[in-house]
Amino acid sequence: MLIYVLCIILFAIGLYGIVVKKNLVKIIISFGILDYSVNLFFILLGYKRDGIAPIMMKGQDKAQFVAQAVDPLPQALVLTSIVIGLGITILMVAIAIRLYDKYGTFDVMKMRKLKG
Amino acid sequence: MQIIPLFIAVPLGAAFILAMLGKARHSLIDLLANIVTAFLLILAISVIGVKGTTTYSMGRWLPPIGIVLVLDGLSILMLVMVNLISFLATIFSISYIERFTAKAKFYAMFMLMIAGLNGVILTGDMFNMFVFLEIASIASYVLVAFGTEDEELEASFKYMVIGSVGGLFILLSIALLYGMTGTLNMAHLSQIIASKNFGIGLLFTSALLIAGFAIKAAIVPFHAWLPDAHPSAPAPISAMLSGVFIKILGIYTMMRILTNVIGIATLGRAWDIMLVLGAISMVAGGLLAIGQWDYKRLLAYSSISQVGYIMLAFGLGTPLGYLAALFHLANHSIFKALMFLNSGAVEYATETRDLQKMGGLSERMPVTGITSTVGTLSISGVPPFNGFWSKLLIIIAIVQAGRPVYAVIAILVSVLTLAYFLKVQRYAFFGKIKDTLMNIKEVPVPMCISLIVLAALCLIIGLDAFRIIQGTNASWFIRVMIEPAKEVLVNGTNYVKTILP
Amino acid sequence: MNKPGMTLIVKTIVRISTSLILLYGVYIVAYGQLTPGGGFPGGVIIGAAFILLCLAFGKEVALKKMSTASASILDSAGALIFLGVALLGYIWGTFFLNFFPNKGIPFHLWTAGIIPLCNIGIGLKVSVCLFGAFIALVLFRVAKKEN
Repeated sequence: MLIYVLCIILFAIGLYGIVVKKNLVKIIISFGILDYSVNLFFILLGYKRDGIAPIMMKGQDKAQFVAQAVDPLPQALVLTSIVIGLGITILMVAIAIRLYDKYGTFDVMKMRKLKG
Repeated sequence: MQIIPLFIAVPLGAAFILAMLGKARHSLIDLLANIVTAFLLILAISVIGVKGTTTYSMGRWLPPIGIVLVLDGLSILMLVMVNLISFLATIFSISYIERFTAKAKFYAMFMLMIAGLNGVILTGDMFNMFVFLEIASIASYVLVAFGTEDEELEASFKYMVIGSVGGLFILLSIALLYGMTGTLNMAHLSQIIASKNFGIGLLFTSALLIAGFAIKAAIVPFHAWLPDAHPSAPAPISAMLSGVFIKILGIYTMMRILTNVIGIATLGRAWDIMLVLGAISMVAGGLLAIGQWDYKRLLAYSSISQVGYIMLAFGLGTPLGYLAALFHLANHSIFKALMFLNSGAVEYATETRDLQKMGGLSERMPVTGITSTVGTLSISGVPPFNGFWSKLLIIIAIVQAGRPVYAVIAILVSVLTLAYFLKVQRYAFFGKIKDTLMNIKEVPVPMCISLIVLAALCLIIGLDAFRIIQGTNASWFIRVMIEPAKEVLVNGTNYVKTILP
Repeated sequence: MNKPGMTLIVKTIVRISTSLILLYGVYIVAYGQLTPGGGFPGGVIIGAAFILLCLAFGKEVALKKMSTASASILDSAGALIFLGVALLGYIWGTFFLNFFPNKGIPFHLWTAGIIPLCNIGIGLKVSVCLFGAFIALVLFRVAKKEN
């Protein structure tokens, strides 16, 4: 149970960073923390202590296999969600670089073309 | 039904082919993009009237193991809306996007967005829905920043941060659901939720889901990104974003998961949060819209207000409420797309979005002027246009559900809507023409075509809805499009029986 | 230092190791259906080899190996391979159908049906895409310095 709570704490840290920090780079890093906390949570759902690879061989006892094998589905799903996170992070970095070109700063407070 | 996967495969393939064609002639790119969207529209129209629920197992893996695509009344309505608006937006783009440099990239991202939207609509699997949702969102982040000016980049960054946090909320709730039930297929999930009592865990998950979808739909406490992002995008994209994007990613997903998967009965009194959220966004969006002088920004706030109407009607949880919500959703897609395309036409001709610098545009741009008037009358609920009927149905549904306070709010906000749209008409289209605008011209023909089609649809649906007086089923549009969609929502968690035999 | 890139030591090591890394990446892609790995991890390794080249020798050398235009085309081609394999299933009746016979014999190379083909498409897409994203970010920075 403790590991899930730690994941949620990590989630809260990421959310705090996104809400409070004023620097574009720090916001991107906070987003990374947030993303990985969710991924970590998801992958821990499929984790089993001393688990075996989820490949059923011939002559293996089915009940024992189910009890021992790790859940492969979260691993596949987390791989997908990491790719999505990668795409968003690259896009964020690209736009942050363009914003730095325009304003010469990473400070959100100095980007005031839009209001409200 | 072999054609169901084509809704996703065709735009996806077109997106990558268009990305390859980067340096090709513009006429070729226009032709390809328009053929693809026209083909999708034909496909969408061909599935109108398909009775009941059709499922399609990807790669012959049966549910609940494999990914299943579900086509029922609700999906059909949404598919028709998405592909109709996207077709008209690509026609509009032929002339409008000429002033940007990378037309092929624009269309490639546009196609990716359509693929994502169609995928969200059709899929019957939670995680698959999240993936398509993020595909559509990433494409929209790029499209908002497409002009690469200061404002666009800033708006896109803001939108991207808030939108991805919303996506992560949804992912976290999917992880929680998977942890609780051990499945991701929507129908199977619904079966397990109904059979066990998950208590507070399920409520927490639903709250996360509602928060995530409310961010994507820009319901008021989570709306900060919308008034920046929607005006910054090129006009056809604004029309797509306001017209269908927030509805598919926010409202449709919320309807599907809350009514069909989790079930309203499971949520109990927590369900009333939908009414409160709807009423708040209705009022706040309307009040904020009045003070705006930027044409597109005003429209963006108006979108928040109108989505509030849909949420309110959906939150009632009565059959008539569902009907009214879906009817208003369809109508709002049409007239908000029309108004954003109008604002694009005005921007194209005058190169400004500031209402104070406009005036008397009707004189020089009759098509834009007339269609804009039609849009204004529709959105503020003046008969015989379609907006009147859906707002009337919403108010009747609220009164029927015994919540008169919300009905009063809905009527007042409707008056507010008329007020701020009359402001647009007064400053932009009526009155004497300014000297600086003497040599503007009407926009090119393709742009006029999509404006006229949308305005005609407003009028036709409105006239057709006159037969509501004889009962809601008398109107053709409601009978064929809205009624099957309503049945899906009324059916609630019986959804599972139509998918898992 | 007028020459682009890093010192001679780094360049020599990169020259030797890049081909090995590329080979390893191709192995991960090709054996994805049998061993841990697959299209995405293998693609990332191949993309990382190109990025290493770019870091050690400067972007001109890396761009000579693969220009942005060809990267963009290969990127789309990878995705189209994947989509094409999925559409091929229609010939046998269903989208995404795994239509090859002899599926599911462990530790035999060609017993996974269409999965190796999909992996090749994904590997191509991911490797080129990562490299393209890296190059795009580098070119942004150069544009800024000129201002």
